[in-house]
Amino acid sequence: MTRAALSVDGAVEAAVLEALGTVVDPELDEPITDLGFVRSIAIDDVGVRVHLRLPTSFCSPNFAYLMASDAVDALRGVPGIGEVRVLLDDHHDSDKINAGLEAEAGYRGTFGVEAEDSLDELRLTFRRKAHTAAMERCVEERLRNTGMAVTDVYRLRLRNLPEGERTSALLRRRAALGLGTGPDEQVFVDDQGRPVPPDDIPLRLRFATSVRISIEGNSHFCRGLLATRYADGPDGADLATRITNTRRTS
Amino acid sequence: MYSKDGQDYYIVDEHIHLWDARESNQKNVHGKQFIDCFYDYHRNLSPEEEVWDYDTYTYYGAERLMKDIFEDGYADHAIFQATLLGDFYVNNFGQTEDAFALAQKHPDLLTYNHAYDPRNEEAGLEQLRRDADRMQLKGVKLYTAEWHGDSRGYKLDDPWSRRYLEECIKLGITNIHVHKGPTIRPLDRDAFDVADVDKVATDYLDLKFIVEHVGLPRLEDFCWIATQESNVIGGLAVAIPFIHTRPRYFAQIIGELLYWLGEDKIVFASDYALWTPKWLIERFVDFQIPEDMTEYAPITVEQKKKILGLNAAALYDLDVPEHLRLPTSADDPEAEVAPGAQEAVSS
Repeated sequence: MTRAALSVDGAVEAAVLEALGTVVDPELDEPITDLGFVRSIAIDDVGVRVHLRLPTSFCSPNFAYLMASDAVDALRGVPGIGEVRVLLDDHHDSDKINAGLEAEAGYRGTFGVEAEDSLDELRLTFRRKAHTAAMERCVEERLRNTGMAVTDVYRLRLRNLPEGERTSALLRRRAALGLGTGPDEQVFVDDQGRPVPPDDIPLRLRFATSVRISIEGNSHFCRGLLATRYADGPDGADLATRITNTRRTS
Repeated sequence: MYSKDGQDYYIVDEHIHLWDARESNQKNVHGKQFIDCFYDYHRNLSPEEEVWDYDTYTYYGAERLMKDIFEDGYADHAIFQATLLGDFYVNNFGQTEDAFALAQKHPDLLTYNHAYDPRNEEAGLEQLRRDADRMQLKGVKLYTAEWHGDSRGYKLDDPWSRRYLEECIKLGITNIHVHKGPTIRPLDRDAFDVADVDKVATDYLDLKFIVEHVGLPRLEDFCWIATQESNVIGGLAVAIPFIHTRPRYFAQIIGELLYWLGEDKIVFASDYALWTPKWLIERFVDFQIPEDMTEYAPITVEQKKKILGLNAAALYDLDVPEHLRLPTSADDPEAEVAPGAQEAVSS
């Protein structure tokens, strides 16, 4: 696809938003576009410049870096986008992170001695939590709506789940962990995809509920803090992303 | 003491501060960012009529503290938790000497908990001995993610940290308050990770580990650990203000805690001046799990009494008036654990 083709009828904005929509806050398991973390998008003839913002200056720098670098990768995947710049605003490590992104230094290159390893392990931890929560939502829905007993949860296969957002969310989380997504796969599995023994299911399910509650609660808190932080500012209380596009359609 | 509907509640606020975050005390931009972050927490979660102006929030002084905690705030006793943040503030964030002097002036009302940093190694250990002697410490407050030179944090089970914990046992410092909650800069592995609490709680049964902010944002990991360790206790600072803005979320938090930890292992705290205690106490006493949330049992008056003061009183040997007492196992590591705990341990 050419740049010209992208620029017609706001298609480029849509493509940029779609790309950013694939970037999730690993801790909250929600797209940064839904969370209000995308402050502005400026598209011009040269490329795209995106400013990100977070609920506090003290949000974990590792998560901050992860989201910012994921945003760079996602935007580079937009055909014909040109130069990609992502900047993190108002964070205690903004200078460091922005310089690191600019220099394509990677996580370790950005934080130097403070970073021991790559962020893979951290990412994995939160992918597992996201999967646990998605699995719990599907199982609880079955327990609620079909009268299934918790002792029968081990029988549940992916094909037994109704179509819908909840099930697709689970399939996405499974795929992200490299777990099978075929119809005969057991639903209630551990982080490695192994079926949980029937006797252990009640307790593991109870814990999965705690995981889900924790993720949802953090999301409430972060959204609230972001709104408080930026409500008085020039961005206004609606926290909408400001989009400007000066790209010529030639 | 707080009284409502014929019930009397003995109140211990186990986490208060006397801080100075004025511009004159800020060492660098992080001092400003830190207090701004606190102020956003305050504005975001307080009822509108309880919100302070920014200048008051940066510095309120001892007189205001006494009024907010004891005159208006119903507390029978309150515990200072030291928050030094020497890399951000000229003369620390929490005003150690002022708070200690206030506690000496009102020993019946106030306990002062100090802080240490195991990265100070031998010299810090010596300092801890001197502080314990001078301040008669019963507790310490640790910020495991605090900056220190090149380091952005440590783990409780690091070798030097273990030496400090062992020294605490010798010195009679039995209450180890651990900050694992929001704010302060963690890096790499998740600094909110509570796994290190698990290790030291198992190894040091003479100590109580009070995890502030009930491990938020890792409530589930905290519950999982606390359910297996009878000497791990959850402090409600930062969690309890959700009672106003997100009562259903608060119901889930307290419901989870009661399930995994049980009513003897949860302690009230305002985190003053992050929030003022008066409204928190009033609303908690009035609080009930919404009827449609049938997954949780209703909270009883006895549970509220324990959480609001009797559990913390047991940890700090406070002299609770006879008629306000209830049996609690908060201080007993041999105690029966919560329903969640029983299943977890047996499985």
